[in-house]
Amino acid sequence: MANKSYQEIITDGLWTNNPALVQLLGLCPLLAVTGSVVNALGLGLATTLVLIGSNLSVSMIRHYVPDTVRLPAFVMIIASFVTCIELVSQAFTYDLYLSLGIFIPLIVTNCAILGRAEAFARKNPLTESFIDGLMMGVGFTLVLLVLGAMREIIGQGTLFSDMDLLLGPIAAGWKVTLIDDYRGFLFAILPPGAFIGMGLLIALKSIIDNRIKTYQDAHRDRSSVTDRRVRVTGEIK
Amino acid sequence: MALLKITSPHMSSAGKTGDVMLTVVLATLPGLALLTWFFGWGNLINIAWASLVAVSCEALVISIRQRSVMFYLTDYSALLTGVLIGLSLPSLAPWWLTLIATSFAIIFAKHLYGGMGQNPFNPAMVGYALVLIAFPVEMTSWLAPKSLPGNDQIPSFLQTLTAIFPFVGGEAVDAFTMATPLDTFKHKGEQLAAQLWASEPVLSPSSWLAWQSISAGYLLGGAYLLYKKVFTWHTPVALLVAMTIISGIFWLIDPDSYGSPLLHLLGGATMLGAFFIATDPVSSATSVKGRLYYGAAIGILVYIIRTWGNYPDAIAFAVLLMNFAAPFIDYYTQPRTYGHQISHQKTRSGQ
Repeated sequence: MANKSYQEIITDGLWTNNPALVQLLGLCPLLAVTGSVVNALGLGLATTLVLIGSNLSVSMIRHYVPDTVRLPAFVMIIASFVTCIELVSQAFTYDLYLSLGIFIPLIVTNCAILGRAEAFARKNPLTESFIDGLMMGVGFTLVLLVLGAMREIIGQGTLFSDMDLLLGPIAAGWKVTLIDDYRGFLFAILPPGAFIGMGLLIALKSIIDNRIKTYQDAHRDRSSVTDRRVRVTGEIK
Repeated sequence: MALLKITSPHMSSAGKTGDVMLTVVLATLPGLALLTWFFGWGNLINIAWASLVAVSCEALVISIRQRSVMFYLTDYSALLTGVLIGLSLPSLAPWWLTLIATSFAIIFAKHLYGGMGQNPFNPAMVGYALVLIAFPVEMTSWLAPKSLPGNDQIPSFLQTLTAIFPFVGGEAVDAFTMATPLDTFKHKGEQLAAQLWASEPVLSPSSWLAWQSISAGYLLGGAYLLYKKVFTWHTPVALLVAMTIISGIFWLIDPDSYGSPLLHLLGGATMLGAFFIATDPVSSATSVKGRLYYGAAIGILVYIIRTWGNYPDAIAFAVLLMNFAAPFIDYYTQPRTYGHQISHQKTRSGQ
């Protein structure tokens, strides 16, 4: 197959084929842990690291694993990386590990990771697979962050609260209280709020895509249009 | 659609959507009047505010969607949504609570799904469920009814207005709030039902009279709607009968811990739900047999959630759950065309 250029891989991961907004993969952690920015960032980083690791390994072994057993092999690889990440987060960011709970081990079942191994890393060389894993991970993390920020602002009226759980004592003072005496909007923190927020983000992406398309259509060189024959029914003599 | 040409006698009935919606709004009046008599001006102000919000949101979204604003506003469906939300919220619900519920109902539950006639869920109940989940404290404090002896603290019109819109100024209202009968019954703990009826002020005869009369008011409005043939009897009757049967069975088994059918029929929003909410023509089941199943399932679900769930009243959740199921019910209850078998039976037998 024709390999994609690096630029295509990057735009695919970040925008056109974003795992969260377009492929809608990994919705379970996406919806469950985006109650605050710190949870979103923690899970995003963990997912990105697993994605990079699994993409690299799958790409390396792509000539040796028979097609019939590839899925168990991929899942084993992903599970080992998730275990590494879980132990790392347990060692260095124990409070965050507690607040993310089951969702770190559940990265194994995140279809975005298996999806990239199956759809990309298994068919592409090492560098491409690395960039794909990184960019898909970053794209996923960005969506998590936006959704986490949205839900944290609406739900609690704060932004970047408890960032020291992930980034250490430097981030202890990062908490921004946007609305004083905010009584909280529990709905945004609960799962339905996540679904609605996600729907709004997807709608926003569609709006932006449509704007870009109309802009491009309007500014396209008209030469390609003029030599197309326009067929008219009726009145042809 | 070609209309059949039928010879006389012709039946005249409410033809336009707007007429139907206004009839429904009119039919809420007995219940609303009793609500105002027993609980003060709060619900009246809430209804006015909710209707204003609903109609403004409707106009805003329709103009964004570039449709004819007047055409859609005069079907009065947004007005009805506002009225139903205003009726179901507690009478001293603060202005922002009503604003959130109503704007969410119109913008998210109605127009994001395609507007009038396209919404799979009852908009008023989506708005109500949203604020019930998000603000449980505000949603469960009701005023004590006026009929309760010693309750001389029903706030005046002006006091109610400043309680709902605190930024207008004025003194804080010191009103006497209490739980609803269903809420009290739910949290009775180890007490026996008979003790509860004897000791709790909200279940005393004078307070129970208020709740009972309001339900009777809705029943009256519902009967008027049946008389005007706005909907058929199937949904409300199935709902009420199912609820009576299931609550009756448990009450007969153990009258000390389960509420009587009367408590379930008259103590909460059952009548409002049965006649004004479950009968929404857009989001309910449409076939005749389907409406029976739909109503009965709502009645049973309400009882289940009230008795074993986390919420004291459950009309909103039961109606929303059954809205999910309405297309499914309709699929399995398609009326048989004369001379034909029902389509899915045909596929099952492999013809």
